Amino acid sequence: MEFFGISLPGLLSQLLLGLVNGSFYAILSLGLAVIFGLLNVINFAHGALFMMGAVITWMAMNYFGINYWVMLVVAPLIVGVFGVVIERLLLRWIYKLDHLYGLLLTLGLTLLVEGVFRSVYGVSGLGYDTPDLLSGGTNLGFMFLPNYRAWVVVASITVCMLTWFVIEKTKLGAYLRAGTENPRLVEAFGVNVPVMITLTYAFGAALAAFAGVLSAPVYQVSPLMGQNLIIVVFAVVVIGGMGSIMGSILTGLGLGVVEGFTKVFYPEASSTVVFVIMVVVLLIRPAGLFGKEN
Amino acid sequence: MNLKNIAVIGYGLLFVGLLLAPVLGAYPVFVMKLMCFALFAAAFNLLLGYTGMLSFGHAAFFGGAAYVAGHVIKVWGLTPELGLLLGTLSGAFLGLIVGFFAIRRTGIYSTMITLALAQMLFFVALQAPFTGGEDGLQSVPRGKMFGLIDLRNDMVLYYVVLAIVIAAFLLIVRTVHSPFGQVLKAIKENEPRATSLGYDTNRFKLVAFVLSAALSGLAGALKAMVMGFATLSDVHWTASGHVVLMTLVGGLGTLSGPLVGSAVVVLLENKLGEIGHALAEMSGIEWFSTLGESVTMVTGLIFVICVLAFRRGIMGEIIAWLQRRRGEGKL
Repeated sequence: MEFFGISLPGLLSQLLLGLVNGSFYAILSLGLAVIFGLLNVINFAHGALFMMGAVITWMAMNYFGINYWVMLVVAPLIVGVFGVVIERLLLRWIYKLDHLYGLLLTLGLTLLVEGVFRSVYGVSGLGYDTPDLLSGGTNLGFMFLPNYRAWVVVASITVCMLTWFVIEKTKLGAYLRAGTENPRLVEAFGVNVPVMITLTYAFGAALAAFAGVLSAPVYQVSPLMGQNLIIVVFAVVVIGGMGSIMGSILTGLGLGVVEGFTKVFYPEASSTVVFVIMVVVLLIRPAGLFGKEN
Repeated sequence: MNLKNIAVIGYGLLFVGLLLAPVLGAYPVFVMKLMCFALFAAAFNLLLGYTGMLSFGHAAFFGGAAYVAGHVIKVWGLTPELGLLLGTLSGAFLGLIVGFFAIRRTGIYSTMITLALAQMLFFVALQAPFTGGEDGLQSVPRGKMFGLIDLRNDMVLYYVVLAIVIAAFLLIVRTVHSPFGQVLKAIKENEPRATSLGYDTNRFKLVAFVLSAALSGLAGALKAMVMGFATLSDVHWTASGHVVLMTLVGGLGTLSGPLVGSAVVVLLENKLGEIGHALAEMSGIEWFSTLGESVTMVTGLIFVICVLAFRRGIMGEIIAWLQRRRGEGKL
């Protein structure tokens, strides 16, 4: 079967790869949006936290023989605790300052964390096996579906939807949204806002690490793996606007798919297409697709 | 003695020091590299320190201009002065494009836009046929300026670079103190108020952006000429981070800050290995001797410390201290 001169299986497999990338964009931009909402900090360290998730999993597998499924839970927990430490120790001192200091502080953190991992592992990729249960693939008749990639997409979308549900539909989420609007008033009602802020950052960090664990068998695990990803995610955030949770998820997935398509039809542009879309969106809707004009 | 006199003495000493540096045995190429980064940081500070816009895409102007200057000198065989001119113009042109999009949003979004667009240029530089991909543009000849001044001699090139950097710095000083510069400061302090006073703030921001990008381009073109190459690391976002760090360490919104900051950062990076070895010898801790390989780590640490404890930067702290002392009537 052919489609604009490109075989359908080829197209679909690129599309799936695009969805995989899109899942990571979605999780990461979701975390950025949640953190920004409450902390007013653009977390540049998100890429580094993503990388930590992947590298910690690699370490646990290689040094202690702990399996993938355990690490899928443990790695985000470890990185979440790391997030608590960062927030308590560093970030809380700069909330009252201009946005730019938050960005610069987390940039410094990124360099620090990447530097530490680099001095141990260098910059080359570390090998990483797909868990047995998910290795191989399924022949759907019209295409070959690698099981692991399908799992990444399903797992990410599930996590994104859970996050959306908790924030939009539960009481905890209501506190969180209220805290985003007016933290002082929420505090006056007896909610412990500082703890809420700490946990929010930890949650965002854990989300990034979860994406990192998922990504490990797909990407090369290396200390620099989060670096370029985070900049694409910034573009995703500009395109989607940080106003809505669902907006972040949809924009992330959508851009991943667009990137996948570009890889098929015009491979040279696949690394720049997200930025081009950003430019177009800025021209037409400066506040972003789901953002609110202020 | 008032602040102005101290500043005059400081700049005077710096000028004499730079004039004599190569004679006194400093390695001219290294000092030229320092001057290129000082100009880059000063140009960047014009935007962040005086207009309040944080651009995270200045590597695009610096590195882009380095590629353009290198290409026109090496492949087209143009003279160095034309190379510098075209490099500066390409910086200005890129600045116009990036600035146009950046000012459509404010604050942190604007910063993310500059970062994203600069990253786009990075990918272009990685794939375009004329940039040499991963290898970069190698062995750019220096040639003769105006057909007369032979730049292949390090000493001659040194004084040419010094003259250009000083001229560019004076332009920045003049801009900051001009009515235009005052409007920029007003925008930084309170943009809605500047708008209500009748200023078209977006236009001022765009002009500031283009000017800053053009001067960053000049710095990049100069660096390509001095070092004889232009590489991907000049357009990578870490180069943008670098210039932010230099400005932050030296002192945001001070004229002398970027000069001091760039010197501190470049020196630290180049001498980190030696510092590490010395520390290892002094303290007996073997780990310090690997410090030279951990430049990123140390850079990150400086960032964190600066933001948390030292936001005024070196020159900012010194100026504040001098002002306090004068306030107490001691000086």
